[in-house]
Amino acid sequence: MMLHKLLSGDFPRSRLLAAALLAVFAALALAPFLFSGARALNVAATVCVFVVLVASFDLLLGYTGIVSFAHTMFYGIGAYGVGLSLHSVGPTWGAVFMGLTLSLMLSLALALVIGLFSLRVKAIFYAMITLAVASAFAVLASQLSDFTGGEDGRSFGVPEWLRPGFRLVEAEVFGTAINGKLLTYYLVFFSALALFLLLLRVVNSPFGRVLQAIRENDFRAEALGYRTVVYRTLANCLSAVMATLAGALMALWLRYTGPQTTLSFTIMMDILLIVVIGGMGTLYGAAVGAALFILAQNYLQALMKQASEGLAAVPLLANLLHPDRWLLWLGVLFVLSVYFFPTGIVGKLRGLKRK
Amino acid sequence: MTLTTTSPPAEAELPRLKLDVAPLLVLPILAVLALPLVGSFPTWVTLTVAGLAMGMMIFIMASGLTLVFGLMDVLNFGHGAFVSVGAFTATLVLLPMQGWMQADSALMNLTALGLAIALAMLVTGVLGWAFERVIVMPVYGQHLKQILVTMGGMIVAEQMIHVVWGPDQIPLPLPASFRGAILVGDAAIEKYRLIAVAVGLLVFAAMFLVLNRTKIGLLIRAGVENGEMVEALGYRIRRLFVGVFVAGSALAGLGGVLWGLYKETLTAAMGADIMVLVFIVIIIGGLGSVGGCFIGALLVALVANYTGFLAPKIALVSNILLMVAILLWRPQGLYPVARR
Repeated sequence: MMLHKLLSGDFPRSRLLAAALLAVFAALALAPFLFSGARALNVAATVCVFVVLVASFDLLLGYTGIVSFAHTMFYGIGAYGVGLSLHSVGPTWGAVFMGLTLSLMLSLALALVIGLFSLRVKAIFYAMITLAVASAFAVLASQLSDFTGGEDGRSFGVPEWLRPGFRLVEAEVFGTAINGKLLTYYLVFFSALALFLLLLRVVNSPFGRVLQAIRENDFRAEALGYRTVVYRTLANCLSAVMATLAGALMALWLRYTGPQTTLSFTIMMDILLIVVIGGMGTLYGAAVGAALFILAQNYLQALMKQASEGLAAVPLLANLLHPDRWLLWLGVLFVLSVYFFPTGIVGKLRGLKRK
Repeated sequence: MTLTTTSPPAEAELPRLKLDVAPLLVLPILAVLALPLVGSFPTWVTLTVAGLAMGMMIFIMASGLTLVFGLMDVLNFGHGAFVSVGAFTATLVLLPMQGWMQADSALMNLTALGLAIALAMLVTGVLGWAFERVIVMPVYGQHLKQILVTMGGMIVAEQMIHVVWGPDQIPLPLPASFRGAILVGDAAIEKYRLIAVAVGLLVFAAMFLVLNRTKIGLLIRAGVENGEMVEALGYRIRRLFVGVFVAGSALAGLGGVLWGLYKETLTAAMGADIMVLVFIVIIIGGLGSVGGCFIGALLVALVANYTGFLAPKIALVSNILLMVAILLWRPQGLYPVARR
């Protein structure tokens, strides 16, 4: 069956989850036609990129049981690679591919070195090393300001087809102009979809099964004859490559690259929150989680603002509900979900069926 | 915990552990090597003192973390939260007592500072106890969940600082009598750095004495080496661990106050920022080793200061390079702890 092939035999296994996934897919696929306004489209594109980014992180955290804090570093390498290349060479497709190739090579090399260096030992060691390396990289990116634009980042032009002014056909389709923005959106959307399905293929392959075996009991996996270091390092490299591609897509969409949008530690925290709340060890969790999280990030704050203003008379409570404090509530949710439902939203939805 | 066991009279001197001197020598060698590179002697003195001061502060923050890890195999990624909370708690004393802080009397300055430090350590100690009970206890032995949960705890703590103290940075000026520098020959040495060095040495000495000369210290050291054995001998290592966790948190609070005064501005993320250095330090020192942590902290800080002067661009990567170099030399850190 076609669908079976596409999803690699890994079905949502829950009607509610399937419905949620279909809703996310439909909303993203038709976003330019369903919603008007730049903001909604921006949210949709961010969701697409984050689905890939979070899914690739889940490959490490949920499937292999490795905690890495360097995921934003690879994301940043992708974004900076494409961005700086377009900035210095000029807006051509050649520049895009050159930037992409260079950043993929850099990511791969870094992932390989960090992996071989520290994946032999415990998970905790790897977490610390990646934290150190990633923060050094972030500082480096903002320090080398002649090259990277420093804290301000770099804005750059994109190839002509992707510019907002470009028209593929003059006529409007369903009241939406077929312009460069729309083309960029679909480039992001279909690339994200392809990468997501590829990841789904990977985790359901024999290779993916070995990764899960390592997560469950690495000693036993080793005893069965699998070189766990090799598998861990491969998973690390694969995840880094995916993150790099996600970063490149984000750079093309934003036409801007800066430390705040790609390298900052807050994004790392966001990824961690999405994976855990969405559900570790299922890629669908990444998709649902990313959609919910980005929506909350963009629209929940408005709600909190109202609540906060309503409670302005109560001093501490008003602060608790201040829109900037939404991370507090997510943090609490995060801690609770690690304890009480480690399988996240997806696990909950699948559990409902069994009762 | 029963502390009154009879010890047999020491008849013959027990064979002593040989002191591993190689890591101790690294520090002076590094300092001497840096001298010709820096070029001028006064600058070198200033840099070295600055490095030592920074190293002491990092040591104070890192020591608790490495002990907690050594004793119970728990790595608290939320340790940085205690640093921030400590610094912010100090403002509760220091800002109302601004008059005392600005007074031109060292005694009044010290009293205000002492009160602030006492309160900060008390608050972070209590917070550490709560953190251990609520956040860490349910996930013993599960590394993955520990990392996630303590990270989550840090997010919550950081946000709570925003809730209580507001989202803005808080300036925290130094007490009047600690400002400025004293001149030794041609070398200018900031007074506050000397104080930081003194406090750091004091903490290290106290810790050294407690660990090496008391029964509790003996149990802690034994627990780091082999926890099961200590439990089998009838000691409740859990209680010991809670005590160490609380003490470590209080030390992080102390480190936070010192670091905050050093930076003179407080942000909620300051703890998370310094954690990167702290992790590098405890990796270099050998996870679980206090002595290694001390040397590692000084090493990291000195290297950061020298390279900051010699080649500012690579200063921030210097820590990573140092870590790689040390781990190539000793893969388990400077002073590997036996069990690991």
